[in-house]
Amino acid sequence: MSKIPNVGPVTRAITRPNSKPKASQSVLRALLRRKVVVVAIVVLAIIVVTAAFAPLLAPYDPNEQDPAASLQGASAAHWLGTDLLGRDVLSRIIFGARISLLVGAAVVVLAGLLGVTIGIISGYVGGVVDAAFMRAIDALMAIPVVIFGLALGAALGGGIGNVILALGIGTLPVFARVMRGQVLGVREMDYIKAGTVLGIGPFRNMLVHVLPNCISPIIVLMTMNIGAAILTESGLSFLGLGVAPPMASWGSMVSDGYRFITMQPLISFAPGIAIVVTVLAFNILGDALRDVLDPRLKGVLR
Amino acid sequence: MPSVIVSRLFQALVVLVFVSILVFVMMRVVPGDPASIALGENATPEAVAAMREELGLDQPLWVQYLTWIGGVFTGDLGRSIASQQPVDQLIAQKLPITMQLGVTAFVLAVLVGVPAGVIAAVRRGTWLDSLLTVLANVGMAVPIFWLGILGIYVFSVNLGWLPVQGYTPPTVNLWENIRQITMPVILLSLVPLSQLARQTRSSMLEVVGLDFMRTARAKGLPRWRVTILHGLRNSLIPIVTLFGVGIASAAGGSVFVEQIFNIPGLGLLLVDSIFAKDYVVVQSVVLLLAAIVVAVTFLVDITYTWIDPRIRT
Repeated sequence: MSKIPNVGPVTRAITRPNSKPKASQSVLRALLRRKVVVVAIVVLAIIVVTAAFAPLLAPYDPNEQDPAASLQGASAAHWLGTDLLGRDVLSRIIFGARISLLVGAAVVVLAGLLGVTIGIISGYVGGVVDAAFMRAIDALMAIPVVIFGLALGAALGGGIGNVILALGIGTLPVFARVMRGQVLGVREMDYIKAGTVLGIGPFRNMLVHVLPNCISPIIVLMTMNIGAAILTESGLSFLGLGVAPPMASWGSMVSDGYRFITMQPLISFAPGIAIVVTVLAFNILGDALRDVLDPRLKGVLR
Repeated sequence: MPSVIVSRLFQALVVLVFVSILVFVMMRVVPGDPASIALGENATPEAVAAMREELGLDQPLWVQYLTWIGGVFTGDLGRSIASQQPVDQLIAQKLPITMQLGVTAFVLAVLVGVPAGVIAAVRRGTWLDSLLTVLANVGMAVPIFWLGILGIYVFSVNLGWLPVQGYTPPTVNLWENIRQITMPVILLSLVPLSQLARQTRSSMLEVVGLDFMRTARAKGLPRWRVTILHGLRNSLIPIVTLFGVGIASAAGGSVFVEQIFNIPGLGLLLVDSIFAKDYVVVQSVVLLLAAIVVAVTFLVDITYTWIDPRIRT
């Protein structure tokens, strides 16, 4: 452990040979150059704030039932109407943002951690281990994420934790592949050999020398996959295998309203629009981050 | 070249073995004993034990796995716990329906997505390019179950142009079949179509400034020849790579589309079996869907050597 402070500055020098001290600022400036991206960032900021302050912003308790106000249309009291149980649709959408953001973020963090670990081991150890890991990754990619989520959700039961676990595993292949490629690229480099000569253990060597080089592709991959994770979660919840019922999830709200589509279409339509806007904003931000930080990733995603 | 094919084929088989193990392990974590679930709460312990024996659940796990894999080759995949029908018969009934939807959707995605990407690349920077890019982005962000409900509301309920739900085999009534699958097919094609359009645009843009393109234009070839024969041909590899992904997303999408439009295909069978905890059906259907994806990926790998002679080694 005591060696890490010595290695730190060296790593930074290798990572960004010509960077100015305020690299993060120039990335931000490059991002803000396009109007679409600015709009996406503003939209995401609004969604995050809405989710954070949901109890203050929502006009009603999202789970409060009011049989007298069942299936109402849009009105001054209920801007987006009410569902079968008389629950306020707007309030449920506001609280649903929490579920979507939580699942989206947790899935990419889990997928990132698992994928990066597998990628490092696979790339560094090589040989049979590498071949086995990569075929297992191929196997995982052959099962569509929705179907993997359904099967694992059925095995473990629904609920938000299991949805995150299932989608996290389903999403890890891209991370493992990119990470493995990075490790293979630097494995024979002189500074890695130098590390070995200096007596740094193989895995610490990888962590200290490879990981810093891969931070930006991993961040790009994470951002690009948040939207897909939110979309898949909404799909699982729509089918009834996602987040548990009383909790408001955009996907299950669409499904709740489906039966009353001719009477009160807003119940289904409104949460769907929330999904589209959120996923679109994350995808635009992800694409923009990729273009700025790591254009090489263009071909390998999704 | 044949050696490349043989090694790819071997890889694909290894991947399938991994898929089968993965699926089998997932199905065995199911909490609750399938036999007691199937027989209900009032079943006697003897009846449960008899059912466990019938399903082979009393055997060691590796025997159960080998029995299942053996069945894949002989066509004996066991009987559905829920409906008691043989699984191979169930699959034979439902696969053609899902294949009709999936293959049609995939063809539509290629026929519309690739030209759209080419047009966007040729007209880059114009309003047409912006429009196509926006549409492709939206296409990847829209939940198809929601768009399907919207479509039913607009085209079936309000305008009455298309039937609300259901499926009629094309052999029984072709016109009714076409009307019924129109919306499901468009919905299924949406994600692969958008992905293909985006990928085609960006890989066309990568070759457009290269020397051979300038040479082709300079020697006076018609524009369309330069674009298609020189430009598109050299951008094909990343586009064709997406075919495997496209099939996977069509398979995933069939789960939603069949649910919404009440189409009795594999997707609906899968969801129903998952809710019934009918692991006998689920394991074989998931394996089949994954096998289709692996087969397409294998074919794509083989196609590379035909598209790009440089890969032939």
